[in-house]
Amino acid sequence: MAEKKSLGKEFSKGLISENPVLRLVLGTCPTLAVSVSVTNAIGMGIAATIVLICSNVVISALRKVIPSKIRIPAYIVVIASFVTIVQMLVKAFVPALNDALGVYLPLIVVNCIILGRAEAFAGKNPVAASFFDGLGMGIGFTFALIVMATVREIIGSGTFLEGIDSLTALFGVTSFTGFTLFENPIGVIVMAPGGFLVFGLVMALANKIAEGRGKPKAELKGCDACPMASACGAACVGGSCESSEKEEQAV
Amino acid sequence: MIAIFLTVVLTENYVLCQFLGICPFLGVSKKLNTAVGMSVAVIFVMALATAATYPINKYLLVKNGLEYLQTIVFILVIAALVQFVEIVLKKFIPSLYQALGIYLPLITTNCAVLGVVLLNVESGYNFAQSMVNSVGAGVGFMIAMIMFAGVRERLEGNDIPKSLQGFPSTLIAASLVSLSFQGFSGIVENIFA
Repeated sequence: MAEKKSLGKEFSKGLISENPVLRLVLGTCPTLAVSVSVTNAIGMGIAATIVLICSNVVISALRKVIPSKIRIPAYIVVIASFVTIVQMLVKAFVPALNDALGVYLPLIVVNCIILGRAEAFAGKNPVAASFFDGLGMGIGFTFALIVMATVREIIGSGTFLEGIDSLTALFGVTSFTGFTLFENPIGVIVMAPGGFLVFGLVMALANKIAEGRGKPKAELKGCDACPMASACGAACVGGSCESSEKEEQAV
Repeated sequence: MIAIFLTVVLTENYVLCQFLGICPFLGVSKKLNTAVGMSVAVIFVMALATAATYPINKYLLVKNGLEYLQTIVFILVIAALVQFVEIVLKKFIPSLYQALGIYLPLITTNCAVLGVVLLNVESGYNFAQSMVNSVGAGVGFMIAMIMFAGVRERLEGNDIPKSLQGFPSTLIAASLVSLSFQGFSGIVENIFA
């Protein structure tokens, strides 16, 4: 649906207007899980962006070779390979981040955003467009994570950018280790209920902004949030059988 | 063994405390009957996936020093397994296929299934412990789904501010359900202390 758009548009749509987390409602699991601190959010965002760009490019390059019947397993293999590469790199260079993200790092494989973009975009569009789509979506994901994490870390832990030195150490900077803002934070915000709560409020805010611009609000209808929706018949359980593209939801 | 089960069902509920399997939790929990169907399918696949990946991990990957391939191998095993189960059910137990079939393809990319398999390996559980953990995770998923489907049915048709309608209000409801599960923290340690 985006054949004629310029590359710049492919890039910028992922940032705000089709932000994967706040507008397309994809990738909710990692968003909730790693947004306890800004450092984790940045790390997760970068890792997912790298996987997203690489898998988008490879899948797009192979889109004429992969038979459409087995495309989902093929996509999963491509994505899993890149996730493994990223996982090994993180383990080697940023072990602290590996500990912090834990099982969510390998779980990038089943991150709806990546498979969703492969299915909805990279499988149908040329390599360059897919590259910029991946970059935009990745940065959009990172942006949403950072917004969530900023709120949760400040309120829930009373700190900001705590532990950022584990990331900046890659560039030889270890002096800055984050701010401590106040004592006695509201701990529940960094626990599970706070994740849901903050995500709900951030979504509401995003809806409010979108509403002001006359855009339809993000809506979760049945299986729309699932990238497999177009591939599997189960999508019809919830009503709409379309893929997770926003344009179709808007109808 | 019982401690593992109770921990994974109550205090470390995959959906409400560890954020695994949120997509189906929010997507399929609109009606009680679909929530139950999905949960049964998840329990089933989790148990099968663990039974299949445990020997593969122990006798194939660890033995040959290929642990780094775990993610790729596990997701492929799960994907193949789900397809296989679907075909077998269709052929031999059509009634069960009718009930569960439509939920099966959705489960391939359910992060709870891959998550439980990876966490089993990470925690160093033996085969029996892994199985208990997987079934427990599935049961925990089911409890969360059913509870939340009930909450959502009540939520329908309420008058809420416009920008909170739909997804945001669902998330806030999930937050409250999750808060109630926080009350279980520490309970298992105290029972088995």
